[in-house]
Amino acid sequence: MNADGLAIGDPAPPLELPDTDGAMHTLPNPGDAPATVVVWTCNHCPYALAWHDRLLDVARDYAEAGVGLLMVNSNDAQRYPADSLEAMRDRHRAEGWPVPYLHDADQSAARAWGARTTPDVFVLDPDLRLAYRGAPDPDHERPELAAGWLRDALTAVLAGEQPDPHLTQPIGCSIKWRQ
Amino acid sequence: MVDEPSPSPSVELLWWRGCPSWEQALERLRAAMEAVGLDPAAVVVHEVETDEDADAERFVGSPTIRIEGRDIQAPAETATGLTCRVYRLRDGRISAIPDPADIRDALRQGIERSSR
Repeated sequence: MNADGLAIGDPAPPLELPDTDGAMHTLPNPGDAPATVVVWTCNHCPYALAWHDRLLDVARDYAEAGVGLLMVNSNDAQRYPADSLEAMRDRHRAEGWPVPYLHDADQSAARAWGARTTPDVFVLDPDLRLAYRGAPDPDHERPELAAGWLRDALTAVLAGEQPDPHLTQPIGCSIKWRQ
Repeated sequence: MVDEPSPSPSVELLWWRGCPSWEQALERLRAAMEAVGLDPAAVVVHEVETDEDADAERFVGSPTIRIEGRDIQAPAETATGLTCRVYRLRDGRISAIPDPADIRDALRQGIERSSR
């Protein structure tokens, strides 16, 4: 099944981006992590904000299992100043995120991965192949859903199985491309 | 003697295609209109397509609902532009769509204003 250029089972494109303090982050080497989650998000979108705490809870709950989670912001900060690097840094510090917030200033990562919305969730298996793509859960207005699709995907990947569902519709604000 | 029908307030939904919430907002708005005795078909739906449109319409984000020209929730951001609006539901949750109770209250106030 295809997910906008990146099909389930495809190897993830490389990812090398700075966080809000300038430190570079990459995907782990194949075999080094049982699962990796990459989430496109941003500062200004109501969907991203509504799902944010649920995603951080997942990061906390699966950290002990060795699952890494990376948040990426690719929005054009010229037109959307709330997504500037400074605003990302302020928010990351103020809210004490347990995960890095990566800045995709030239939007090349979003294009390579085919990210469309904020949020847009990608789960990689130990071999860095796409195992799940889509929304955290079915409804941004229902915190009690607790990012259930993402959790189910991680549980499956950790068990060496294919997530079901493995592809859902990402719902959120469109990524703000440079014009 | 025939009762004069009470005047209906103007109800407007402005949206931008970069936010998927407008269709759900329209459903919520039409349900609220029905609940307060207004014709759900009377809502005027208007797409905002450009920054210039956004400036001209004083559009601060999608979706925006106006009753008698008045925003149903004072926007946190007053800058106009093509963006998505952040709403707070009555229990504090963040949403891309206004709370149904806020829509109903705004409609009732609009009915009062339009009948004065």
